Amino acid sequence: MEKIGAVLTIGGGIAGIQSALDLAESGFKVYLIEKTTGIGGVMAQLDKTFPTNDCSMCILSPKLVEAGRHQNIELLINAKILKVEGRAGNFKVKILKKALFINSEKCTGCGVCAEKCPVNSIDFYNEKLSRGKATFVKYPQSVPLVFSINQDNCIGCGVCEGVCKANAVEYSQKDEEVELNVGAVILAPGFDEFDPAPLKVYGYGKYRNVVSSIEFERILSASGPYSGMVLRPSDGDIPEKVAFLQCIGSRDIHHSKPYCSSVCCMYTAKEAVIAKEHQKQVNPTIFSMDIRAYGKDFDKYIIRAQDEYGIRYIRSRISLIEENPKTNNLILKYEAEDGSLITEEYNMVVLSVGLNPPDDAIELSKTFGFELNEFNFCKTSTFEPSKTSKPGIFVCGAFAAPKDIPESVIQASASAAHANILLHSARNSLVTKKEYPTEIDVAGKPPRIGIFVCHCGINIGGVVDVPGVVDYAETLENVEYAERNLYTCSADTQIKIVETIKEHNLNRVIVASCTPRTHEPLFQETIREAGLNPYLFEMSNIRDQCSWVHMHEPVAATEKSKDLVRMAVSKANKIEPLQRTILDMNHNVLVIGGGISGLTASVGFAEQGFMTYLVEKTAELGGFAKNIHASIEGSNVKEFLSNLIEKANNNENLKIFLEAEIDTIEGYVGNFKTKLKSKGNKENKNNTFEHGIIIVATGGEEYKPTEYLYSKDPRVVTQIDFEKMLFESEINKKVNKIVMIQCIGSRNDKNPYCSRVCCAEAIKNSIKLKDLHPEKEIIVLYRDIRTYGLKEQYYREARSKGVIFIRFDEKLPPELIKEEENLIIHVDSPNIGKLDLDLDLLVLSVGIHPPYESNEILAPMLKIPLNDDKFFLEAHVKLRPVDFATEGIFVCGLAHSPRSIDESIMQANAAVSRASTYLSKDEIETEGIVATVDISKCSGCGLCIETCAYNAITMDEEKMVVIINSALCKGCGACSSSCRGSAIDLLGFTNEEIYLVINEVK
Amino acid sequence: MDFKPKIIGFLCNWCSYAGADLAGVSRIQYPPNIRIIRLMCSGRVEPYFIFEALKSGIDGVIIMGCHPGECHYMTGNYEAEMKYQLLKSLLTYVDLDNRISLEWVSASEGIRFAEVVTNFTNSIQKLGPSPLKKIDKDSELLFNLNALQIAANDYRLRALIGRKRKILDEGNVYNKKYPKEKFEDLQETAIYDEYQKNRIILYLKKENLSVKDLSERLSIAPNKILEYIVDLRGEGLIDLKDIQELTPYYTAKQEA
Ligand code: FES
Repeated sequence: MEKIGAVLTIGGGIAGIQSALDLAESGFKVYLIEKTTGIGGVMAQLDKTFPTNDCSMCILSPKLVEAGRHQNIELLINAKILKVEGRAGNFKVKILKKALFINSEKCTGCGVCAEKCPVNSIDFYNEKLSRGKATFVKYPQSVPLVFSINQDNCIGCGVCEGVCKANAVEYSQKDEEVELNVGAVILAPGFDEFDPAPLKVYGYGKYRNVVSSIEFERILSASGPYSGMVLRPSDGDIPEKVAFLQCIGSRDIHHSKPYCSSVCCMYTAKEAVIAKEHQKQVNPTIFSMDIRAYGKDFDKYIIRAQDEYGIRYIRSRISLIEENPKTNNLILKYEAEDGSLITEEYNMVVLSVGLNPPDDAIELSKTFGFELNEFNFCKTSTFEPSKTSKPGIFVCGAFAAPKDIPESVIQASASAAHANILLHSARNSLVTKKEYPTEIDVAGKPPRIGIFVCHCGINIGGVVDVPGVVDYAETLENVEYAERNLYTCSADTQIKIVETIKEHNLNRVIVASCTPRTHEPLFQETIREAGLNPYLFEMSNIRDQCSWVHMHEPVAATEKSKDLVRMAVSKANKIEPLQRTILDMNHNVLVIGGGISGLTASVGFAEQGFMTYLVEKTAELGGFAKNIHASIEGSNVKEFLSNLIEKANNNENLKIFLEAEIDTIEGYVGNFKTKLKSKGNKENKNNTFEHGIIIVATGGEEYKPTEYLYSKDPRVVTQIDFEKMLFESEINKKVNKIVMIQCIGSRNDKNPYCSRVCCAEAIKNSIKLKDLHPEKEIIVLYRDIRTYGLKEQYYREARSKGVIFIRFDEKLPPELIKEEENLIIHVDSPNIGKLDLDLDLLVLSVGIHPPYESNEILAPMLKIPLNDDKFFLEAHVKLRPVDFATEGIFVCGLAHSPRSIDESIMQANAAVSRASTYLSKDEIETEGIVATVDISKCSGCGLCIETCAYNAITMDEEKMVVIINSALCKGCGACSSSCRGSAIDLLGFTNEEIYLVINEVK
Repeated sequence: MDFKPKIIGFLCNWCSYAGADLAGVSRIQYPPNIRIIRLMCSGRVEPYFIFEALKSGIDGVIIMGCHPGECHYMTGNYEAEMKYQLLKSLLTYVDLDNRISLEWVSASEGIRFAEVVTNFTNSIQKLGPSPLKKIDKDSELLFNLNALQIAANDYRLRALIGRKRKILDEGNVYNKKYPKEKFEDLQETAIYDEYQKNRIILYLKKENLSVKDLSERLSIAPNKILEYIVDLRGEGLIDLKDIQELTPYYTAKQEA
């Protein structure tokens, strides 16, 4: 059967976007289907993201623009799947594209239609908190930026057709069916928020001041209904006391939502922190059962929320909310931990709603023929967490199980890796490389500038005197041609621009219209078609930053437009063609670390035909997982691991070096050279090889406890020792009372992070014990039980099987007392008070550590950073969770942070996909905007080397001048502005160009 | 009343420029005085840009970047902040420090962008036209500004600024975090010294002067001037010209 080099991605949220970008960059055609009218998903609605408080839109919008403009990605919005046929490698998918009633080819996104629309409808983006129009765009930065008419609200007045200067309104537009042929499908439909209205006890929908967390997110957003002020909906007052109620629609068997939604603890903390930041009068209180801050740097965030922002945590679940009808305040009744009943009044209540499977989950599963699990999330398995039950159909994001943004991004790349592996033979078969005419040589020729000034319908022309600007432009230096267009960005104007360039021999082009952030690439492409280097282009933003913001000052706005055009002309007179650097890409891969992550990644590369060198420092493959017998879901880890090792051993593209370490490593993306050194194994001596990619999968280690008489008394063991007894030998008959203590070596001053897997380990082992010996007594002493996501069901199972859980406070840890030969644990629990437990076996749930020494050696060698806890630090916590700032190096598994086996496998696959975006190419092209150094001026002081965040600058020790590797340079210009001798300049934004522009502001 | 300030805004492409665009999309009105120059990152802002702008008579310069931790290039905005602090300190000597500003604006802060621009424009409006607007070449202000501009380029200052983040936040060569106040004192002294030294050079470029002459012109005690002279000679920037009676006269080295 012929394999098709195209992939269908369903869902335009962050997961869908990431998988689409990965695959499009790896040589596949991607159809990205979105059911609403714009991509971006829930992330586009968020104000900030935890744990870094990054502005969500800032980090998302470059990805939106990239997906919207990518050559190999076709966006199908307002669309729905009708029918699927075929098998893995070759599917036929029928799709319904619902009418938008506005022609998206013609629509320029100017928004006049929505402005003039007389109907006030509901704005879903702002969670119904503000009013929108019948003609609408999903949100201001939406991709694609096309408007559509919501026929449910439209009264058919015809106003929009009248005002649309682009003639894009088509009331008669019909739904359309299209058929696609793809090799694989990626499901990323995301989640729906739990709707709290049916839970009458919270009064959601009845009491105005009870809002859901996603509504609160919009309230917090600077672009939200209240412009970022924290106000309560009933009267617009600032709420002083705000209560956040967690686990609404999560961990709740009564409403058939027994799972944990994984993200609410963190987003609630974030919302509370941001609320406090935006409005210092607000005092948030969070009601929660456990605080599940299990991810990288999450616990630190919670500690800061409490200590720095004074956010109050109360461990309780609210059973009822009542409203004080006079004040619209809300009365909360709850049981404190000590059992006392408390009544408190709040000004506002935020319900932290859980994540539900998407509405169309069942329909999707039927259409595609894959299975759902009992909660209607997509069914997956421990060892294949991103595969559905049907071959060729992969899954990512919250549809596989509730998860946060970085985990969704990781899984998005992981699912893309599966598509890569399945379809690698069809790679590059369906993507077209756009051919451009050969570039006209402009070197030495005097500038001939052409200027196109846009009316943007009435958006610019209604305020700015556009003809006046054109007249003025004609008077400027070297301007050969100036004209105005109704819409400079429309398809017909592009043709016109190309013709004009040719006719008037133009060699520099300026467009005065909207923002270069979205439109520069379009015009650059246009001038390329006319044979000009794309960098011979300048833009003046006379709409977003002029006509729209000075609407009532037409004279000043016209003046400003002229100034902006003059500034652009002065720069255009100086700009030169820039060349993108082309680098060879070596297709071999170095994987450091032979645990589950390293093995999974290696096999993923080898199966795509890439030569892979796997380097393991011990004498045996398998890493940390060697000690694990089963996963909490009951999957057989031992068997999986030995199969994986066999697969690795038998793949001819995979070369394994045991007892080997990296001696030296040099080079950069596409061109690395590594020399190994060996401890025992002679074979590895002087082994040197070249490769284009590095995967860091160096794993983690078990904490060796010093507390609780470990290694002094044989009755004190770790969870791994205990697991061995359970699975390999037998529990001594005399051992009847077992106590486990959680968080040993985690969440303390020395290791402030949560080791993430220990709760599940403890629960897995206690269930196993109860299954084998129901009569034995087991007590788990814990601080928070962090069985996030679908693991929550095992926590419930453990309790139902008689495992007893007792909470202790960080400040009052359990004490072990040895009385003669008896061991006694003394606990002081906030809910049950003081207890003395005698025991026969004490099991310590010890945490995971990074391998401190080897990480400290490897990090500087690869020029990649470690975080405070000495795990490797990725390029961006949210959106680049497996990349490093240094290109061509990726991280996965415990090297990144503590994680479970399925999560490590996911991340290893993610690393495969990220690396495949490079490996699929024979050469890599870099941006033209890079720094250059004039070595005659360079004094070799080296200040720039320290400023560069990308390790792109090195010192030529012989000549004592710096060298900039343009392959690594990202073009920020920080080096150039730190250079005291003006030896470094940034192409595209040179000092000279900027001085000229400055001097034009007169 | 007729004063219409001219303001330059240096905006990074990723957050602040996007915030400015959002202000537009949301039709939030603000005064039309600002002319925005888009750069990829606020870290690109070279202190010289600001000197050039001020010398060309611009009334105010505002730099905007991504919020701390959100720079598209990871640390560019921290670099910008360091350079801005240097500029601010330098410009206090000529009373122009209140004509520059640094603000963080995110892509979703359209309203904030408009507010920031409005406030800055109003503050410049209150200050009145830049004293450099109409100025003759020999004015003292221009003279001092030139001295400051050269000082901004001094290796010592740039090195201090360039390493400040490392020394304060990550740990210096001894792996210790240097106390912030102490560092800032040091920085202030370095800035002051550099400024005065460059004034001396500029004076000596015009004519040959003695320690006492310089002391008068700079209003600095002669013993301090002598220290500077010793330094400058050590750095090879000035020479002894001649000695009249008991008083040595100095001259600036001509540029190669
Ligand atoms: S990109 Fe905005 S400050 Fe660096």
